[in-house]
Amino acid sequence: MKRKVSLRVNGEEREGWAEDRMLLVHFLRDELNLTGTHIGCDTGHCGACTVLLDGKSVKSCMVLAVQAQGRKVETIEGLEREGKLHPLQEAFREHHGLQCGYCTPGMILSSLYLLRHNPSPSEEEIRRAISGNLCRCTGYVNIVKAVRAASERMATRVEAPSTEETG
Amino acid sequence: MYPRPFEYRAVTTVDEALRVLHEVEDGKVLAGGQSLLPLMKLRLASPGVLVDISGIPDLSYIRPQGENAVEIGSLTTHDTVAHSALLQERCPILPAAARGIADQQIRNRGTIGGSSCHADPASDLPPTLLALDAEFSIVGPKGSRTVPAKEFFVDLFETQVQRDEILHHIQVPTLGPQWGWSYTKFNRREGDYPIVGVAILVRLDSHGRRLEEVRIGLAAVNPTPCRARAAERFLQGQEISPAILKEAAHRSTEGLHPGSDMHGSSQYRRDMVQVFVRRGLEEAVTRARLAGGNP
Repeated sequence: MKRKVSLRVNGEEREGWAEDRMLLVHFLRDELNLTGTHIGCDTGHCGACTVLLDGKSVKSCMVLAVQAQGRKVETIEGLEREGKLHPLQEAFREHHGLQCGYCTPGMILSSLYLLRHNPSPSEEEIRRAISGNLCRCTGYVNIVKAVRAASERMATRVEAPSTEETG
Repeated sequence: MYPRPFEYRAVTTVDEALRVLHEVEDGKVLAGGQSLLPLMKLRLASPGVLVDISGIPDLSYIRPQGENAVEIGSLTTHDTVAHSALLQERCPILPAAARGIADQQIRNRGTIGGSSCHADPASDLPPTLLALDAEFSIVGPKGSRTVPAKEFFVDLFETQVQRDEILHHIQVPTLGPQWGWSYTKFNRREGDYPIVGVAILVRLDSHGRRLEEVRIGLAAVNPTPCRARAAERFLQGQEISPAILKEAAHRSTEGLHPGSDMHGSSQYRRDMVQVFVRRGLEEAVTRARLAGGNP
């Protein structure tokens, strides 16, 4: 049996159909065609599928699609504003915080969650905050640099309000 | 990777949850889902009906019970426990253990009740709750009952909570200034399950020289989280010295039967228990002395 699932994704009302056992990540990718959220390990270790659910970072392979009914989801697609990248996206590009890019959407969403709760994190806090996101290319050094650079940039200007506030 | 098909039932009150669990044959409670959903995807668990209690609002809270205890609703997330000012003040070992669980995303969804009921011997909160002598309040069709921590964990992945019951809340004591604590664990990577996890509480005399009471909870060394009773008994009433702590660490493996797996052999785990019990005792004693003004 499939159920209709209605939710708010990146500030937009969306709906689709989900079997009870469908995971949120499959729903986002296959039903809503938001393929920016990646599927990595499928067992909750790698963090590639990280999205924000009601503002909290979660692994979307560890949440059922039906559990997102009526809730707010933020994905990598929601970060850009009018063709302009989010400071975190800019910083990842400038500091070479990615190579193959597979972990990047999840890495950026985890970093966004961190910076919303702790706008000026220390290096150790950044490392702990992204410990649920595996990167097999960079060795993390440039990712940490990118997050720190983004935090400095965001401190000097107000972060574009989240999609939930504008949407 | 999908779980086997199941029927999803979301409930919004405790009564509704109990009714559905009573009605269905093959029901399983879904709380945060951070252990259960991966098990279902790996086809190690295949319940027919998943009863999602995560939408029950009155099971997520941390509140004082008089001066001497704190009550924690079973759906309280690890992240909420980790950041609770009340727990930090009254029972700081619990936020410390919660901060080390897995990673931020898991802590945002995983719950103290779910982790307790899942009863994985290698998780961080059960040995901590054992050392705290926490009390588990369970509700079911016949009403509610309270089970002490030492009886709650029955066997591997098995607790006192029956198929038609749910864990409602957990009560932990306020630790006075004479108490010291530590939660130490050994793992190879940030966020991994502990290869060995050690939760320790010590209560010192007013001079900070003698151990009045010691409680040691261990993770990942037996089919259930357990207490190192022989070491606890040995330490009670002893004058603190490096030799005594070392001897207690040695006795802490008495009666343990840790399994072997790719993270470590049985003997290796026994050795690591001794190392981490000794370090944990030192840390807990230091903390108790600082708190009691006897540094």
